Amino acid sequence: MESKKITEKRKLKLAIGLGSTCSGCDIAILDLGVKLLELIDLADIVYWPTAFDFKHSDLKELGDKEIDITLYHGTIRTTEHEEIAHILRKKSKVLIAFGSCSCFGGIPGLCNLTDKQQIFNTVYGENLSVANKENIFPEEKLLINKNKYITLPHLFDTGKTLKQLVEVDYFIPGCPPPMPLIEGIIPLMKDVLGDAQLPEKGTVFGSAKTLCDECPLKRENKIISKIVSPTITANIDPDRCLLEQGILCMGPVTRGGCGAKCINVLMPCRGCMGPSLETEDQGVKMISAIASILGAENEENLTDRQIEDMQSGIKDIIGTFYRFTLPDALLNKKVKERR
Amino acid sequence: MSKKITIGPITRLEGEAKIEIFLDKKGNVEDTYFQVEELRGFEKFCEGRPVEELPRITSRICGVCSGAHHIASCKALDGVYGVNPPSAGKKLRELFYCAHSLHSHLAHVFALAAPDLVLGFNAPKEKRNIFGVIEKLGLELGKKVLTARGYAQKIQRIIGGSEVHASAGMAGGLSKPLNEDSRMEIEKMSEELLEFAKISLDLFKKIISDNGELKEILDSKDYSLKTYYMGMVDDQEKVNLYDGDIKVVDPEGKEFVRFKAKDYLSHIEEHVEPWTYVKFPYLKKIGWKGLVEGINSGIYRVGPLARLNAAKGMATPLADKACQEMYELLGGKPLHSALALNWARVVEIVYIAERINELVKDKEITDKKVRTIPEGIVGEGVGCVEAPRGTLFHHYIADEQGIAKKVNFIVATTHNNGPICMSIKKAAQRVIKNFKVDDGLLNLIEVAFRAYDPCLACASHCLPGHMAMKANIYNSDKKLINEIIRKEKVR
Repeated sequence: MESKKITEKRKLKLAIGLGSTCSGCDIAILDLGVKLLELIDLADIVYWPTAFDFKHSDLKELGDKEIDITLYHGTIRTTEHEEIAHILRKKSKVLIAFGSCSCFGGIPGLCNLTDKQQIFNTVYGENLSVANKENIFPEEKLLINKNKYITLPHLFDTGKTLKQLVEVDYFIPGCPPPMPLIEGIIPLMKDVLGDAQLPEKGTVFGSAKTLCDECPLKRENKIISKIVSPTITANIDPDRCLLEQGILCMGPVTRGGCGAKCINVLMPCRGCMGPSLETEDQGVKMISAIASILGAENEENLTDRQIEDMQSGIKDIIGTFYRFTLPDALLNKKVKERR
Repeated sequence: MSKKITIGPITRLEGEAKIEIFLDKKGNVEDTYFQVEELRGFEKFCEGRPVEELPRITSRICGVCSGAHHIASCKALDGVYGVNPPSAGKKLRELFYCAHSLHSHLAHVFALAAPDLVLGFNAPKEKRNIFGVIEKLGLELGKKVLTARGYAQKIQRIIGGSEVHASAGMAGGLSKPLNEDSRMEIEKMSEELLEFAKISLDLFKKIISDNGELKEILDSKDYSLKTYYMGMVDDQEKVNLYDGDIKVVDPEGKEFVRFKAKDYLSHIEEHVEPWTYVKFPYLKKIGWKGLVEGINSGIYRVGPLARLNAAKGMATPLADKACQEMYELLGGKPLHSALALNWARVVEIVYIAERINELVKDKEITDKKVRTIPEGIVGEGVGCVEAPRGTLFHHYIADEQGIAKKVNFIVATTHNNGPICMSIKKAAQRVIKNFKVDDGLLNLIEVAFRAYDPCLACASHCLPGHMAMKANIYNSDKKLINEIIRKEKVR
């Protein structure tokens, strides 16, 4: 069935949409290298990148569900991003949140620790190199003279994930997604072309296990007495679990499938693959993981001060435990439906 | 009857961008506005983070030049922690960084600029992308391009941990030394990269000499801008991407100032305009005189051409020869045109390939000591590298707990923001006359913009190789009277 359809050369329609993004996801796709030629043999790219004015008219020409697969990367940060997410949902059979920004909010989602006004005050006011005595800020609609105006999109106070706006079929996490997962889009494309059975809706591509399960470093299930900064720690043992050496590592609560890239250069995991299969909230789970590893033999006899000292090595719980998932965190939110 | 033309989107560093063009009553260009339409606020939300985490956070400013942010961030941390990396640590950082720069330059030249250069401005739309380029140049050469870029990425992964968004950079050096097996693997790749760089240079020169129209347009005064130029130089005043002093030359090529990165605030200031989210840096000693070129305006440019204009040649033999040849053929130093912008990038490809080859053969590169452990926190640091698109500053101030309190970035495309606006206006004035606007003419405006390789361009636009564009022409009642749409398709 599958091969017959392919020889007929119906080509798939592929779109790549984007929100607030560093474009590392685009580079990761380019890193397919020679395999790109294979991808392009299967698909017409009908949309890449997303357009400001252009998107309405161009996408309106396409029928509903006319795009076979859309990869959407980036955090939702402006009215434009929101609008394009809705349009792409309508026009796509399969919508995939591609990369940690669209899956969980990603690093641009750390903007949820602040708001638009504070960002403006810093960027256009307090920044060390800025000379702005007149307090000029960018304006969404600016009259240049009586018959000329120009506009900028509205910036939200917070960043959102794709699924907070529209129904998402699949999730490909990672910052950027690891190569085996990107290569996996090619067989998925063949399945879509061949009308084969597709994975269950809501599937997160990646390992069902945690990063710890695929980590090459040795674990001894030791209790540690303090958290240390890797920068000022000499003699980090290259063969032993970093967390058990006191270096914060998100491995226990993070989905595997990245090939332990950071660990391979002896840097701790920062959780870019998002929560592991059984984890609902990556940060909460990490707090619990830390609570079970950080301790002492006679913990019940410690003074409050001693316990505080023990915890003082953790300097930025939100920015570390929610590095890539803050907009998706359950903080300040109510659970309406379990995953 | 005045008209407004909107060209959008054109994507770049901090997200999306568009160009607004206003015509006067005669249908000629009165004003243009190059607007960056998004702001993510890294400078704000990096505050409160442990400063040692910033190399892995700020790399996400840009996935195209993430290696530049990663390394600039590490160098800022060297200052914050008061450490000097050991010699092998510096060399290994530079080796990683050269591979990073090569990936970026190759992506730009072959995926973004090549559709114009190889296929010509008037080639059929559906051919104007990297696959059209591969078809024209032949599959064999096409595969070489993809393979060479793949090598550049692989070297970054070996040293930095990942092709995009490396993690190995730390205060005082890198987290892990290079072992001999990996070194040999890189050396083997570097030999091929060197061969490929030579092919690229020859190919570029051939394309230029074969195509008179291309050369005429790109080298014309409408595609030139006489500005100051900024670039990093070593102690021999040769171009260096990783370390050195910042040198600025005036539009005549005379040295204006030479300073250490840590003193950047004495030399650069940023102006704010209400119609774009990106600021406008200028030379502080001259001041902000608006979007004007020349010796009396504080506007300066950064990037490959700026580096070559500011330096006294290249530190490696083949690149130095290629650099001299460019100046001889295009009419002496400094150069100001879009053609030179493109050419300088190819000269740098040769330099980077030679430098990778030198570094990987350096006996010290596999030395185990690649990190100096800090003894405490000094509290402030400025890190600077030459990113593929130009000078990049990271400036951090941290408290005694190591928490970032103030963070400032000036990125390459921001330095070039004013010049990009001016180049767009000049090109628009040349091509739009008496209300005559069509798809081909819009492409010629795009070419002026693209020569700067604004960040994201090589990411978002490389595969389609052609920016999606729409020009809306309005009359004075804001009524749409003409609409030109150019679609974005690969095949």
